[in-house]
Amino acid sequence: MEAQKENIGKQLHLPFKKAFGIALNNIRLRLGRSVVTASGIFLGIAFLAYVWTQGSLNQAIGVDTTIEARMKFKWLAALALMMSTIGITNSMLMSVTERFKEIGTMKCLGALDKFVVEMFVLEGMLMGVLASFLGALLGAGIMMLTAGFGLGWHSLAAFGFIGFLRIIVLCTVIGTVLTFLATIAPAVRAAKMPPAAALRVEI
Amino acid sequence: MAANEYVVRTKDLSKEFMLGGTPLRALKNVQLDIRRGEYISIMGPSGSGKSTLFNMIGGLDKPTEGSVFINDVDMAQLDAQELAYLRCRTIGYIFQSFNLIPVMTALENVTLPTVFAGVPTDDGIERGIELLNIVGLGDRLHHKPNELSGGQQQRVAIARALANAPAIVLADEPTGNLDLKTGKEIILLLKRLNKEQGVTVISATHDLKMLDVSDRVLWIRDGGIERIEERADIDIKVGEVEGE
Repeated sequence: MEAQKENIGKQLHLPFKKAFGIALNNIRLRLGRSVVTASGIFLGIAFLAYVWTQGSLNQAIGVDTTIEARMKFKWLAALALMMSTIGITNSMLMSVTERFKEIGTMKCLGALDKFVVEMFVLEGMLMGVLASFLGALLGAGIMMLTAGFGLGWHSLAAFGFIGFLRIIVLCTVIGTVLTFLATIAPAVRAAKMPPAAALRVEI
Repeated sequence: MAANEYVVRTKDLSKEFMLGGTPLRALKNVQLDIRRGEYISIMGPSGSGKSTLFNMIGGLDKPTEGSVFINDVDMAQLDAQELAYLRCRTIGYIFQSFNLIPVMTALENVTLPTVFAGVPTDDGIERGIELLNIVGLGDRLHHKPNELSGGQQQRVAIARALANAPAIVLADEPTGNLDLKTGKEIILLLKRLNKEQGVTVISATHDLKMLDVSDRVLWIRDGGIERIEERADIDIKVGEVEGE
């Protein structure tokens, strides 16, 4: 019996390049679905960037710096963060759960749990980084244009390019981290399911 | 060699599901030995436990009690990586609903198990084309599943199941979603591969067309084996039916 067991090797983990290729291909082939998923991230982060830019601008040019106004801004920023979290979680949860059957099939064909998780996380991250960055650009951009037209372009000088960049980077990082967290939870759950259970799931 | 005569053995195999708080015994102490190279059909009405048995043999679900031996290896002793290795190379799966990856072409679907097995890309593609030719889809390599008929999709699934030259092909209701004629073609294809490639075919089904090609038929009812018929017995029965 023991000698027999040695005939069964350990399934190898696929190289990162392979997983990356499959993830990229998945996004490309499901472009419509990927755009919908990415929009959830995009819009959430755009709203966040918009609110933050507004707050930073107000501070920079010294309007509405009363305690009451600051409280209002903080509340709005928290709300924006919550909305992005919900939007992203919802998008990623859907994109993983609608593919339970595919996960079950892949496991039947010899995919390791680790590979399934890696594939989904890579897919999520690729979309997360891009959508967050574009969303941050849009949100911050719109706010700055609004301020530019409304208060005059000199108001933007007080804010500066560095301030703008800071918001873009911060929002992109937040969007990416949220996407990561929202993807890894359902992906791990799906990967850990026995294949039979994953195959039974009907969406 | 005696130990190797049986490719699959089950010992006191039982499975319980929790259904709304009450345990349901889907399989009860099933003892089964399947010979290498055999074409065996697991027959039974829906809810009889044949799909549960299929999932246990394929290592797709864990038994509540008892064990399944594949090539004399107790599956319960395998860790996740060894189980994946087994699913990848030793067992090929065919499902009622085909379960092809919708965004991949026929060739990509067939090649996928070779990717998981670490076969170089070119060799995998060569193998994929060879297999799709064998199942008669050499001219449909780059079609997506939704551009193929049910019978064609099942052929792709069969080619995929054979990608890493497994010892066992497990088929769960392979003709369940197909019309009579297409179902018959799929059955004959499975039989041909069983003969030509020497692969053991284990098929859970309630399609009586399967009787004709089976070396043995296992009748299952209420989670237990009702009876096992050998080829000779089946011939007599089919003869009787045709004689009427």
